[in-house]
Amino acid sequence: MEFKDYYQTLGVTRDATAEEIKKAFRRLARKYHPDVSKEAGAEHKMKEVNEAYTVLSDPEKRAAYDQLGQGRGFQAGSDFQPPPGWDAGFEFSGRGSSSAQAADFSDFFTELFGRQMGGMGDGARYTHRMRGEDHHAKIMLDLEDSYHGSTRGLTLRMPKLDRHGRTVLAEHTLDVRIPKGVYAGQVIRLAGQGGPGHAGEPAGDLFLEVHFKPHSRYRIENKDVYATLPVAPWEAALGAMIKIPVPDGLVEVRVPENSQAGRKLRLKGRGIPAATPGDLYLVLEVVLPPATTAKAREFYQTMARELAFNPRQNLGV
Amino acid sequence: MSHEIDAISLEDTKLNLDELAKSCQVSREWIIEHVQCGLLLNEELSSTDPASWIFDSRSFMRVKRIITIERDFECNPELAGLVADMIEEIEFLRTRLKAIQRDENAKNVFK
Repeated sequence: MEFKDYYQTLGVTRDATAEEIKKAFRRLARKYHPDVSKEAGAEHKMKEVNEAYTVLSDPEKRAAYDQLGQGRGFQAGSDFQPPPGWDAGFEFSGRGSSSAQAADFSDFFTELFGRQMGGMGDGARYTHRMRGEDHHAKIMLDLEDSYHGSTRGLTLRMPKLDRHGRTVLAEHTLDVRIPKGVYAGQVIRLAGQGGPGHAGEPAGDLFLEVHFKPHSRYRIENKDVYATLPVAPWEAALGAMIKIPVPDGLVEVRVPENSQAGRKLRLKGRGIPAATPGDLYLVLEVVLPPATTAKAREFYQTMARELAFNPRQNLGV
Repeated sequence: MSHEIDAISLEDTKLNLDELAKSCQVSREWIIEHVQCGLLLNEELSSTDPASWIFDSRSFMRVKRIITIERDFECNPELAGLVADMIEEIEFLRTRLKAIQRDENAKNVFK
């Protein structure tokens, strides 16, 4: 297990005041805000910053952490095992001591502060009845999962006690049946897959925010799906019936005559198949045959001569 | 060993006030206050009995976002609501920008 230098993470000295630590945290929280930041790996960085602040903003945790590092010369990244009884005399409480947040934190944090986290199976602490905590996470899906429904493997990190009584982050894998029609930004709920309950109470639930992986052919906007439909110039000019694969099969669409590139053909209800289904939009892309043969050049020359077409007419030239 | 679990969307499970508060680790009063301030997109609900409120995916994500902003920056609900509005607007604009860039790239391929 790697030693974490929380002072280094927040960019403060070991004798920083509580106010300095708070200021450093807020500066980094703004810099790495996962919804706004353009920094690479902002989400991961924000988790590290949150973990460091959880420890250093809590006087008891900070004191225990300081005592641990004192005189032992631990460096960030160096191999580390906490000595027995390192936390004797400290009573932890406060921010971030929930199993839901701890699942986002490092093994280092879990090893040190896991004992007082809810939901890690330490029955001795929970003599009262309490339902398990809900956990929140994200899930990345393919567009096809939404069109057809699917079963996806999901690996979760959950704090639990090992056979030596130490808190570790254990991975457990679930096969999640994804309902048909889910869309980006929607939250799906897995009953009983959060933190364990205490004294016979049920486990909490797991809430997953749905995201889609980028697709090579389709772009997704809410429940609507967009794809490019390449057409030949004569199909756009004269109109045509065209077969095209779409996420839920093969469709035949009518391209109206005199269509220009960029025209959107709407297939109502063929977007994400939610309760109120989205639409599928096919955006026309006129593809010119290359003028690489004598025959092709002759066709283009005939068009130039016979059509007297000026695409720049509205520019006044 | 793994086992299969059904995932159900919040639109189908009808998340109520108590469940939302518990899940996001805030009090019922916190949610009620934020709904009544018009910060949780449920303005049409604010005049009805909180026990009848149902929260969708969008409200759920917005609650989580506002909690984080209020906690990290120790700011008041209105400011957190304003930041959440701006983040949602940025997300919308980034999606549109990506779409435009993608369409532009597609056009260049055929040039």
